Amino acid sequence: MPAPVITATALTKKYKEFTAVDGISFEVAPGESFGLLGPNGAGKSTTMRMVGAVSTRTSGDLSILGFDPDEFGPEIRSQLGVVPQADNLDTELRVRDNLLVYGRYFGLSRAVIAKRADELLDFAQLADRAKAKVDDLSGGMKRRLTIARALINDPRILLLDEPTTGLDPQARHILWDRLFRLKEQGTTLVLTTHYMDEAEQLCDRLVVVDKGQIMAEGAPAALIREHSSREVLEVRFGSERNAEAAEKVEGIGRLELLPDRILIYSEDGDGALAEVVRRGLTPITSLVRRSSLEDVFLRLTGRTLIE
Amino acid sequence: MTSVITTRTRRWGAWYVAEHRLRTMRTYAGTIVATTLGTPILYLFAFGVGLATLVTGNVGPGGTSYLQFVAPALLATAAVTVGAEEYLLGILMGFKWNPIFTGMNSTPLTARQIIDGTAIFIIIRMAIVVVVYYVVMLAFGAVPSPWGLTMIPIGILTGLAFSPLAAFSATIYEDKGQFPVMQRVVVLPLTLFSGTVFPLTQLPIYLQWIGWLSPLWHGSELGRQASYGPTEPLWLTIVHVVYLLVFALGGWALTVHIATKRLNK
Repeated sequence: MPAPVITATALTKKYKEFTAVDGISFEVAPGESFGLLGPNGAGKSTTMRMVGAVSTRTSGDLSILGFDPDEFGPEIRSQLGVVPQADNLDTELRVRDNLLVYGRYFGLSRAVIAKRADELLDFAQLADRAKAKVDDLSGGMKRRLTIARALINDPRILLLDEPTTGLDPQARHILWDRLFRLKEQGTTLVLTTHYMDEAEQLCDRLVVVDKGQIMAEGAPAALIREHSSREVLEVRFGSERNAEAAEKVEGIGRLELLPDRILIYSEDGDGALAEVVRRGLTPITSLVRRSSLEDVFLRLTGRTLIE
Repeated sequence: MTSVITTRTRRWGAWYVAEHRLRTMRTYAGTIVATTLGTPILYLFAFGVGLATLVTGNVGPGGTSYLQFVAPALLATAAVTVGAEEYLLGILMGFKWNPIFTGMNSTPLTARQIIDGTAIFIIIRMAIVVVVYYVVMLAFGAVPSPWGLTMIPIGILTGLAFSPLAAFSATIYEDKGQFPVMQRVVVLPLTLFSGTVFPLTQLPIYLQWIGWLSPLWHGSELGRQASYGPTEPLWLTIVHVVYLLVFALGGWALTVHIATKRLNK
């Protein structure tokens, strides 16, 4: 296996009393697509800032492309592309100008930047908006422009913090398609998300993070196999009656009682539903689906009322 | 791994930041040209031509007209106005409203270069204003001595002496109307009591201290020495220069310090 491009060991970040990142360790291989999955406030963005060499760690070790960010921040940042959670495009400049000024910060010549800017606008499907004002772009377009900007220096690692948060489904799919192409070209992607489907779609491997700690690590499919059953039966009896019904379906499979529904984990979802009906219960709605990372997360973080 | 690219950014990073800001300025080119040209003409007419008809008292050494007296202070005030606008609005904008500083921070640039580049940009903006002012003053016959040319660097230095405002702005996370308060409580009194439109000595002694503290008074007096001086002992002229330098450099060092901490969350 080639040397990892990112190695974090017992990485920790504290703000006064609050520990945002609590001793996490992981490695990212070149060309890999690596995800940090977790709820808001799990410490994902803080981790990304430390990896992006803009936030000094409190303790632990961190190596990006073989360099310690404490000493070689500019050298590391010159080889990264960063897509932050909140857009920070210059709204006073037009679309293409945003790429031009940003490229200069990497010490690139104007000719090189101009050529790349046009290629990247094509890639981001924004070529026809080159002269538009940033504020006139839709949320999805701004995101794509931010990604194009992050690629202006042809980075070895692309860091994406919640790349599709706040976008409508169509815009998300366009963005995923673009990120998929980058992945195919061999760009190393590191992304954070609290969308389970995004993690499943884009990540070769991920860590599940909660309260600043890593709860599990692995490929999405392997994590699902390891921590959940093949299928899940979701049944709703109405919010008043779910708890009562849960007692009666005890034993069919592992249960998760949520405020609005009951999840029953089973290798055979249809069989589980038949058993629910045989016990004399009539759910208002029922759904059999494949297990997802959502189920893994539910299991790992213990956000459950009945185990 | 110190690639050519990083070396270039290490050397020129601050200039890239200034280049970015100048490119942004093009968007407002029309407004900037109009105010840069219009302001000195209006002020010099109002004070030097209009108000001067009422001012018969002796404002300088024999034969110095009121126009000549007021012009160096107006030039310094113009630099301070542009500077204060950039220190307050420009800095907070970069951190908060249009957070280009956080974008720059993800590149090989350092926080220090971001602030230095902003300083270069502000110096360029002030230089344009001050040069135009100087030319208009010449046209009004408001500059008796050829040494008056040094009012250009003096004006810029006076503007830079207000850089502690930038440090203040860099500490703001929530906009709760601090700027209007700053304008009314700090900038306006300093402008009125800095010996700009009348000699500071005309004020009762218990108000003169405001002028002594104000970089604008030091800048205006310095400009007067250049334009028609000397009107004061040499030691006082040296005090003006040192005072302005301390404020300019101190304010800037403080801004770099605060920005570095703020960008490294």
